[in-house]
Amino acid sequence: MNPAIRFDQVTVTYAGEATPALREVDLAIEEGELALVVGRTGSGKSTLLGAVNGNVPHFTGGTLAGRVTVCGRDTRTHRPRDLADLVGVVGQDPVAGFVTDTVEEELAYGMEQLALPPEVMRKRVEETLDLLGIADLRAKPLAQLSGGQQQRVAIGSVLTAHPRVLILDEPTSALDPTGAEEVLAAITRLVHDLGVTVVLAEHRIERVIQYADLIVHVSPSGVVTSGLPAAMMATSDVAPPIVELGRYAGWSPLPLSVRDARRAAAPLRAALPAVPRPALATSRSVPIVPAVTVTTGTIGSDRDGGLVARDVVVRHGDLVAVAGVSLTLYAGEVTALMGRNGAGKSSLMWALQGTGSRTSGRVAVTATPHSQSPGPDRRTGASASGPPSDPPPAPLDPADLSAADRRRLVGLVPQSASDLLYLDSVEQECAQADRESHAAAGTCAAHLERLAPGIPPDRHPRDLSEGQRLALVLAIQLTADPPIVLLDEPTRGLDYAAKSALASALSELAAGGRTVLLSTHDVEFVATVADRVVVMAEGDIVADGPTTEVVVASPAFAPQVAKILAPLPYLTVDDVRRTQTATDTSPTEP
Amino acid sequence: MAPALPRALHPVAWWVWAIGLAVAASLTANPILLALILAVVTLVVTNRRTGSPWAKAFRLYVILGAFVVLSRLVLHLLVGLKVGEHRLFWLPSVTLPSWAAGINVGGTVYLEGLLAAGLQGLRLATMIVCIGAANALANPKRLLRALPGSLQEIGTAVIVSVTVAPQLAESVQRVLRARQLRGQNAGGLRSVRQVALPVLQDTLDRSLSLAAAMDSRGYGRRVTESSQERRWGSAAPYASFAGLIGASIGLFGLLSADTPPVLGAPLLGLGLVLAVVGLRLGGRGVHRTTYRPDPWSWPETLTAATGLAAVVGSIVASHLDPQSMSMPVLPLGWPGLPWVAAAGILLAALPGYLTPEPPR
Repeated sequence: MNPAIRFDQVTVTYAGEATPALREVDLAIEEGELALVVGRTGSGKSTLLGAVNGNVPHFTGGTLAGRVTVCGRDTRTHRPRDLADLVGVVGQDPVAGFVTDTVEEELAYGMEQLALPPEVMRKRVEETLDLLGIADLRAKPLAQLSGGQQQRVAIGSVLTAHPRVLILDEPTSALDPTGAEEVLAAITRLVHDLGVTVVLAEHRIERVIQYADLIVHVSPSGVVTSGLPAAMMATSDVAPPIVELGRYAGWSPLPLSVRDARRAAAPLRAALPAVPRPALATSRSVPIVPAVTVTTGTIGSDRDGGLVARDVVVRHGDLVAVAGVSLTLYAGEVTALMGRNGAGKSSLMWALQGTGSRTSGRVAVTATPHSQSPGPDRRTGASASGPPSDPPPAPLDPADLSAADRRRLVGLVPQSASDLLYLDSVEQECAQADRESHAAAGTCAAHLERLAPGIPPDRHPRDLSEGQRLALVLAIQLTADPPIVLLDEPTRGLDYAAKSALASALSELAAGGRTVLLSTHDVEFVATVADRVVVMAEGDIVADGPTTEVVVASPAFAPQVAKILAPLPYLTVDDVRRTQTATDTSPTEP
Repeated sequence: MAPALPRALHPVAWWVWAIGLAVAASLTANPILLALILAVVTLVVTNRRTGSPWAKAFRLYVILGAFVVLSRLVLHLLVGLKVGEHRLFWLPSVTLPSWAAGINVGGTVYLEGLLAAGLQGLRLATMIVCIGAANALANPKRLLRALPGSLQEIGTAVIVSVTVAPQLAESVQRVLRARQLRGQNAGGLRSVRQVALPVLQDTLDRSLSLAAAMDSRGYGRRVTESSQERRWGSAAPYASFAGLIGASIGLFGLLSADTPPVLGAPLLGLGLVLAVVGLRLGGRGVHRTTYRPDPWSWPETLTAATGLAAVVGSIVASHLDPQSMSMPVLPLGWPGLPWVAAAGILLAALPGYLTPEPPR
C-alpha cells in the first residue's frame, strides 16, 4: 500500500537563509496513523507540517528540493487549494484561520469552496457538529466561544471536507487542561473511527504520546528521524516527565501512558520514602507556609507580604472578569495562578500591576523598589528614598504611580510578550531598556546573558526563538529591578529545555527575595517551579495552597509523576531523583 | 397568507433598498423629506436587525451622521459664506487679503446661511445613515459571497481586510498597554514608531495566516481546464478591464450634457456587457456552491422594489415640482411637501413589517 504522505529527499531552504530548515528528509506516514512531530522550538516542525499541504513553499516562499506526495498528489504541481479535499490544516491559533462569523458557516466554508452540493453540505455539517460535540454552539458567533470550543470548530471546519490527512500544528498549546482533553479526545476519535491520517506537532508531548503510532523527530539542524514511540523516546532530546522517569528508573520497554507506567512503577513506589526530600531549603529565603494564613494575612503580618490585594474587582462592560479577589503574595515565593481560559487570570495580573483597569479593591506593595544600588538587603536600598532611620515605608498602590515608577515596583511580562519589542536588534532593545530604567549600561544585557546565554546581540528580536524572546522581555522588565515579577502564560510555545531554563530563572528570582506570580496551564511546569498554587474560576479564587496539596488533589491538574507515584506526594522526576540519591537507594532496582 | 418563518433576507435586497433611499436623499434638500427618510430607515432597522455585532454598529453610523451635521455647521461659522437677512449673532472676523476673497473668517452669522449649511450636512448624514442601515441589516460578509469567482484575489484581500480591520483596534490597545509596561507614557513622534511597528507586524501576521488558511481550505480553487478554456480565461481580465473603462466613459457621457449621444447609453451598455463577459470567462474554472443559500422570493422583491420606489418618487417629484424638493432659503420660507416623493419614501417603510422576522 502506498503511504498517505511521502517525503522523498526533501530539503527546504528559506530565502536568505544559509542553512536549510529541513535536510534530505525521507519519511513515510501510512494511512490511518497518528504521527507526532517533536523537536526543539525553531527546529523546523512547522516547516515539515507546512510542506505536507504545499503551504511550504507555495505560500511561504523558499526552495523545496525533492518531492512531497500526499495520496499520490505531488505538491510541486498542486497548490494548497488543490489539496484542500485531501489535507485539512488546523493552526495554533484557531481565530487566525476563521473566515466567517458563525460556527455553522465556518463548518460549511471549505465545502462551499469545493463546490459540494447543498444537500451534502447540510448533512455533513450536522454530522460534524455531533462528532465534535459542538451541536449546541451551531448559531453562536465564533468570537464568543472558549478556546477549546474554537479549536474544535477549527478542526470541524476542515473535517467537513472529508480530508484523508489532518495536519495539526500545536492544537492545544493555548488551551487549559480540560480544553486540551476535549480536543485530543476528538482527534483520537477521528483516528480510530474514521481512519484519518493525523500529523500533529506538539510541545507538550505528555499529552499526546500515548496515542501516537509514529514519532517524527526534527533536530535543530533539520535532520528528521522517525520510528516507534517507545524506541524514539528512549533517545529523544525532548522528553516528557513520564519518559524521564522511565529512563531514570530504567524501565524497558519505556511506558508511555500513565496506566503502563503505574504498573511498571510498583517497585519504585515501594522503594521511595513516604515523603520526598524537600528541595534545597537554602535556595529559598522564606519557608513555605500553609495557605491558611494567606487569606487572613494582613499587611502587618509577620511574613514579608510582597503584595497584598484586597477585594479586587475588574469589570469589562457587563463582564465581571475578577470578582473580588483577595490575595497576598510573599517575597521569596513563586506562586502559580491556574484556571480555565477566561477565568480572569490575565485581568487579575494586569490589575495587580496597575496598568490594567481595576473597578474596585486595593492593591498594596510593601516591598520597595530596589534603588540604583542593588544590595541583598532591600531595606537599605529603600533608605535611598528617605532618611536612614525611617520605619519601613508605607505600602504603595502601583495604580497611583506613573508608568515608569510602577514598573520599578511591579514588572509584568504579558501574554503576547513581543508587544514590548519594537527595535531592530537585541542590542538596541537592551540599551533602550537600560536607558528607560535609568540602570547602568549593560544591566539588561547581563540579565539576558544569565537567562538565555549566547544570543547574538545583532539578532532581530523577531528572529529569536519563542524562549529567547521571552527571556529578552523578562530581562527588559528585570532591568527596572522590580521586587514583584508577574508573568502571564510564559510557558506558551516553550519546549522542555526552554521551560527548565525559565524554571531555574524564576527560582533564582525568588531566591533573591523577589515575589513571583505566573499564570500557566502547564501542570508539569507548575510542579517544577511553584511553591504555591492559586486556582481561579469565574473570577474567584477556588483553591489556594502549597503546590503539593492543590495539584495532587485534583485529577485535572495532577502532573504525570504524581499520577504514576500516587499516593506518594512526588511531583517531579527531580523530587524522585533527589530523594533517592539522599537515601542512597539504587534507582535501577528490578 | 401564513406568517413567514423567521429568516435572514438576501443581503442584496437590503443593499438595493438602502442605496435607493440614499439616492432619494441625495436628490432632495427638503428637511421634511430627509427627516422622513431618517425615520423610515430607523424604523426598519429597529424592526429587522439581528443581535449580531455588525447590527450594533448602526449606532456608530448615526453618531457619524450627527458629527457630519455638526462639523458642517462649525465650518460655516468659521469660514462659510455668510448671507441672508436674519442676523443671528456676530463673531470676530478677520480681514483676508484680496486673493482670498470669498472666504469669510468669522463675521455676522445669518439664519439663512446657517440653515443652508445645516441642510447640506443633513443630506450627507442621511446618506451615511442609509449605508449604515444596509450594514446593520445585511451581514457584509454574506454580501461578499456574491462576488464573482474570477475576482478571487480581490475577494481574498477584501475578506482579509474586513476580518483583520476590527482586530487592528484591539492590537493597538494591547501594544499601548505594553508600552506602559516599559514605563513609557510620553507621546510624540517617537512613540508612533513604538506602537506602529508591533501593530503592523501583528496585523501582517494575522492577514498572512488568514490568507494561508483560506488557501488551504480551497478558496479560489479551479477544476482542471482544457487548454482552450485556459486561453479564453487568460483573455478575461482584458475583457473586463476594457468593459469597465467603456462603462465609465458611457456613464460620464450619460450624465454630461455636451457629449455626443453615442458616447452615452450605447457605450455604457457595451461596456457593461463586455465586463460581465470578462467576469464570466474568468470565473469559469472556479466552482463554488453556497451552504443554505439565501433565497430570493417575494420579501426580497418587495424590499428592493420599495427602495427603488423611493428613488422613482423623488425623480418624478423633481420633474413635477422642482421647487418643493428643496427648502426655500433666500428668501426664507416653509418647505413644501412633494406628495409623490413622500409616498415613495413611506413605501420603503413596508419591509419593516412585511418581511419575515430575522432569526434570533
